[in-house]
Amino acid sequence: MIKDTVKQALRDLFPEPDPVVEAPAVEAAEGEEEKKPAKKKEGPRVNGVIERNHAEHGYDIDVQCNPGELLAVVMILDKAGFFLESITGVDWIKENQLESVYDFSRYDFDTCRVVIRTRTSRSEPKIPTISKIYPGAGWHERETHDFFGIKFDGHPHLVPLLLPEDADFHPLLKDFKP
Amino acid sequence: MSGPIHIRPDETFTLNVGPQHPATHGVLRVKMEMDGEYIVKAETVLGYIHRMHELMGENRTYPQVLPNLSRLDYLGALGYTHGHVLAVERAAGIEVPERAEYIRAITVELNRIASHLFWFGAFVMDLGGFTPLMYAIEDREYILDMLEAVTGSRLTYCYYRFGGLYNDVDDDFIAAAKAFIPRMRKSLKKYDALVTGNIIFRKRLEDIGPISAEMCRKYGATGPVARGAGIDFDVRKNEPYSVYPEFDFDVPVYHECDSLARYKVRMDEMEQSLRIVEQGLEKLPDGPIMPKKAPKLIKPPAGDYYQAVETARGSFGIRIVSDGTKNAYRFKLRSPTYSNMSLFDEACEGMMIMDALAMMGSLDLVIPEIDR
Repeated sequence: MIKDTVKQALRDLFPEPDPVVEAPAVEAAEGEEEKKPAKKKEGPRVNGVIERNHAEHGYDIDVQCNPGELLAVVMILDKAGFFLESITGVDWIKENQLESVYDFSRYDFDTCRVVIRTRTSRSEPKIPTISKIYPGAGWHERETHDFFGIKFDGHPHLVPLLLPEDADFHPLLKDFKP
Repeated sequence: MSGPIHIRPDETFTLNVGPQHPATHGVLRVKMEMDGEYIVKAETVLGYIHRMHELMGENRTYPQVLPNLSRLDYLGALGYTHGHVLAVERAAGIEVPERAEYIRAITVELNRIASHLFWFGAFVMDLGGFTPLMYAIEDREYILDMLEAVTGSRLTYCYYRFGGLYNDVDDDFIAAAKAFIPRMRKSLKKYDALVTGNIIFRKRLEDIGPISAEMCRKYGATGPVARGAGIDFDVRKNEPYSVYPEFDFDVPVYHECDSLARYKVRMDEMEQSLRIVEQGLEKLPDGPIMPKKAPKLIKPPAGDYYQAVETARGSFGIRIVSDGTKNAYRFKLRSPTYSNMSLFDEACEGMMIMDALAMMGSLDLVIPEIDR
């Protein structure tokens, strides 16, 4: 199973125990067995590897890392034969952070989609580029730079791709006013 | 009067293909640095029809975004709306009746054939042959008429709803679809005899425009582009969704990596889609097309959800980041031709310009879907 191989490889990077997503199920009291256990709200996300239910979320492994660890994680996936599906951002304005999300999948019947998240500050968003490993990331990173203003360190050609060439605004930021 | 212009033998010049050029099938521009007829370097310029669908996805409620999805790819729109409804159904946990899923599969596959037919005509026209387009359009009209009767529109469908469909199919549709299958099989034989064996056609495509499996992986190419490079990858098989596991169909794969391989993959795919339509019509169960308790107000629980579907052009993905309200917090569209096109700059280096345009045709571009 590729899922276990990847998890094992990632565990070397994150020696801390996996972050707990859901509180351990409390045994149902008698007579209430049919009642579904209420879903616990997820706490603030910490770095590490979480295994997700594919049917529920659409992906299998959810990794969060610091921008500095990103290249090491991507290199593990490159070695395991993953292809890059997309790169995008999310603006967490309440936490004053910008998140960059990477989707990886494999040309394989052993379905495994890996999501990598990395967060950076909103005032000075900077993340290393992965276009040296995956040249296809070049366009995706330019698009993310267009929409969120995240600067990808080391990108060979970080100019607007979808927005006009003189665009100095980032429309997907939550405080964007047209 | 000045004398004749002298060009140094080592001098290159810049050629603009597009933004308004018939070979680019829309508003796409490629800046090419040329050495005579050979491309030294190419840079694709995008964004001429960028409409910020992702921001619209955040500003509108989930049902309000539904029509946007069919404006991405006007040739195979049902595949994209299918992806959207599946993503929201996954996020909100909505059950879909079996009949609705079967009708979705049938209509998506018909739409896939229509999309491939139009690509076939336009591709051969790129190479200088006009007649096949007319044949292809005639067959495509048949499908569009059929879909129009059920969905109410010819290109930009808004047929699926969260939990089911807007309209049930009637006996006329089933009869028309049943009559279409043998008609289309006959047409495919005709196309094969008319085009595939043509010596000029083959000389323009065979061993030209190589896109290797490793290049596909590095750029994230999917769909017929990847399958023409020997990669056995189809989301319908690799990450099954909807009722596709119920159908018996093959995934055509060619290992030649050239433009002809990508052509053959699409031609074979039409036959496989016909098989799915045939089985779908046979197995079509009775029952409702919407669940009894279809929620009026859709508020998926907070979380991050991803859904991939196989459209006519490759793996289309939707990411919905929900914060529990009726609008999505983040609405990401991963379009297949965006990734497929991104490898063009590297792949066309050193090629002759006419070969590069033939390769561009074999990528099956739909520009609004790249620009979103």
